[in-house]
Amino acid sequence: MSTLPHGATAPDLIDMRDVDKVFSNGTIALRGMSLSIKQGEFVSFLGPSGCGKSTALKMIAGLLSVSKGAITVNGHPAGQSRDGSDIGFVFQEATLMPWATVFDNVHLPLKLHGLGKAEARERVDEALAMVGLSNFATSYPRELSGGMRMRVSIARAMVTRPKLLLMDEPFAALDEMTRSKLNDEVLALWKSHGLTVIFVTHSVFESVYLSSRVVVMAARPGRVVHDIPLATDIPRTADYRMSTTYAETCKQVSTALEGTMTHVDLNH
Amino acid sequence: MSISTIDPETGLAVDLHAPDPRLLRERRERRLQLILPVAALGCAIGLWEFLVWYHEVPHYLIPAPSLIAKTLVTDGASLMQSALFTVKLTLLSLALAIIGGVSLGMVFALSRPIEMSLFPFAVILQVTPVVAIAPLILIYVSNTFAALLICAWIVAFFPILSNTAIGLRSADHNLRDMFRLYQATPWQRLRYLLIPSALPYFMAALKIAGGLALIGAVVAEFVAGTAGQNTGLASRILESSFRNEIPRMFAALFLVSVLGVIIFLATSWLSRAVLGHWHESEIKREG
Repeated sequence: MSTLPHGATAPDLIDMRDVDKVFSNGTIALRGMSLSIKQGEFVSFLGPSGCGKSTALKMIAGLLSVSKGAITVNGHPAGQSRDGSDIGFVFQEATLMPWATVFDNVHLPLKLHGLGKAEARERVDEALAMVGLSNFATSYPRELSGGMRMRVSIARAMVTRPKLLLMDEPFAALDEMTRSKLNDEVLALWKSHGLTVIFVTHSVFESVYLSSRVVVMAARPGRVVHDIPLATDIPRTADYRMSTTYAETCKQVSTALEGTMTHVDLNH
Repeated sequence: MSISTIDPETGLAVDLHAPDPRLLRERRERRLQLILPVAALGCAIGLWEFLVWYHEVPHYLIPAPSLIAKTLVTDGASLMQSALFTVKLTLLSLALAIIGGVSLGMVFALSRPIEMSLFPFAVILQVTPVVAIAPLILIYVSNTFAALLICAWIVAFFPILSNTAIGLRSADHNLRDMFRLYQATPWQRLRYLLIPSALPYFMAALKIAGGLALIGAVVAEFVAGTAGQNTGLASRILESSFRNEIPRMFAALFLVSVLGVIIFLATSWLSRAVLGHWHESEIKREG
C-alpha cells in the first residue's frame, strides 16, 4: 500500500469528549479536551512540557482516570478493553525489566495473558525480527545501547499485535541519528501493520515528519489549541526532510506552537 | 598486527586475532586477589609467633598461634561440638528471621496502615540492645535454646523486614503501569515485578543479617552464661576465661571468626549468583 491506510470513511477509534484531568493536588492537567481519532491515523500530540500531552495519552491507555468527560477506545470506555492486548504502549524510557533477557521482556505481555514460553516463541521472534533484534534474544538490557533498548520496548508493545500504538516521547533521550532511524522504523510499522499511532513529542520536526495530523497543545491549563492535518500523499523519506514542503509545514506548525507560548512565563 | 573490525549489529570493535590482553590482565588480577590477603594474613601470624617467642610472653597472657593451633587439635572434639551448637543456633535464627522478615515485609508493602501500626514495634525491637532484653527473655522462656534463638532472631530480623518492605515498593513506576495496562493479576505483579525488584534489597539485608545472627547467638549465650554439655562457643570462651585457659579462649574465638567469615562468603556468593547477571551491585566492570 503506497497510500496511507486510512480514509475519510474509517470509523473513529478514539473519542474524547470534553475531558478534564485534575490531579489530587489541584493541578489542572487538562481542560475540555475533545478529539476524535480515526483508525489508521498517525497523530502527534505536540506541546511544551506541562501541556498535558502525556496525561492525555495515559488516560487513553486507561492508566490515569478521567476527572470529567469521557474517553472511548474502540467503543469501550478507556481502560476497560478486554485484556489490554489491543493497545501497545511505549514509554519515554525503554522501561525494561533489567533481570530478564530481551526475549523474556518481549514475552511479558503474552505471559501475563497466560501464554507460555513455547506457545509464545513464534510471536516473540516475529516481534524481535520486526525491530531487527533477532540476534539479541538472549542478551540482557544492560548489554544493549539506548537505541536497541528502545527497539526492545517497541517489540514488546507490538507483540500483542495491537491496533493502537501509544508512544510517550519515546525517542527524546536518544541521539539524532538513532532517533531519525527509529522514526523511519515506526513509520514502516505503522504502514505495514495498519496501526493507529498516537505519538507524544515536543519536537516540531519529529511531529511533522511522522504524522498525518498534529495536535498542538498549550499549558496551564493543558488544552488543545490547534489541530493541523498534514498532507499524507508524500512519502516520508530522507528527501522529504530536505524538501520545501517539509520546511514550510514545520514553519506553520512552529508558528502554531509559538502562539501557545506567549502567555507562558518562561522563567517558570 | 591484530585485525579489528566493527560488528555491524552492535557497533562494537571486535578484535579477531590478537591474544586478548584484557583476559590476561583479568587472570593476573584474580590471582593477586587471592594471594595478597593470604600473604598478609600469613605475615601477621608469623610476626605474632615471632614476637611472642622473642619477648617470651607467657601463654596465659598472649598464646602463640602455634599453641592456639595445638589447642584446637587437643580440644577439637569439645570445641567442634560447641561450634556445631553455635552454627545450629545461628542458621536457625537466620532462617526464622528470613521467614518472619519476608512475610511481614510483604504485609507492610501491601498495606500502609498495618505498616504504620506495626513499624514502631519493629523499631523498638531493633534499637533496644539485645544484651539488655536477653535477661528478661531468659526469665520468661524456660527452654534455654528457645530463649537464645529468640535473642539471635531479634537482631537478624529487622534488616530483612525493612529491606523487604522497601524493596517491594521500589519497582519502577513505568513497569507498574505496564503491568496495569496488560491487566496483570496481583499474583503476577508480585511474582514477575515486585519480587525481582526487591531481590537486590533482600540480598543486601541477608548479608547483614547473616553476620548479625552470629553476633546475636554469641551475645545471647554470653548473657545466658549457660554451662554444661549442650553449649556453644560463647560458653567455651566464658568458661576458659574463668579457668584462665587463655589458649582455649583464643581457639574458641578463632572458630567464631571462621564461622563469621564462612557466613559472609556464603551470603556474598549467593548474592552474586542471584544478581550477578543483571544488578549493578554485582556486575563486574571493566576498567
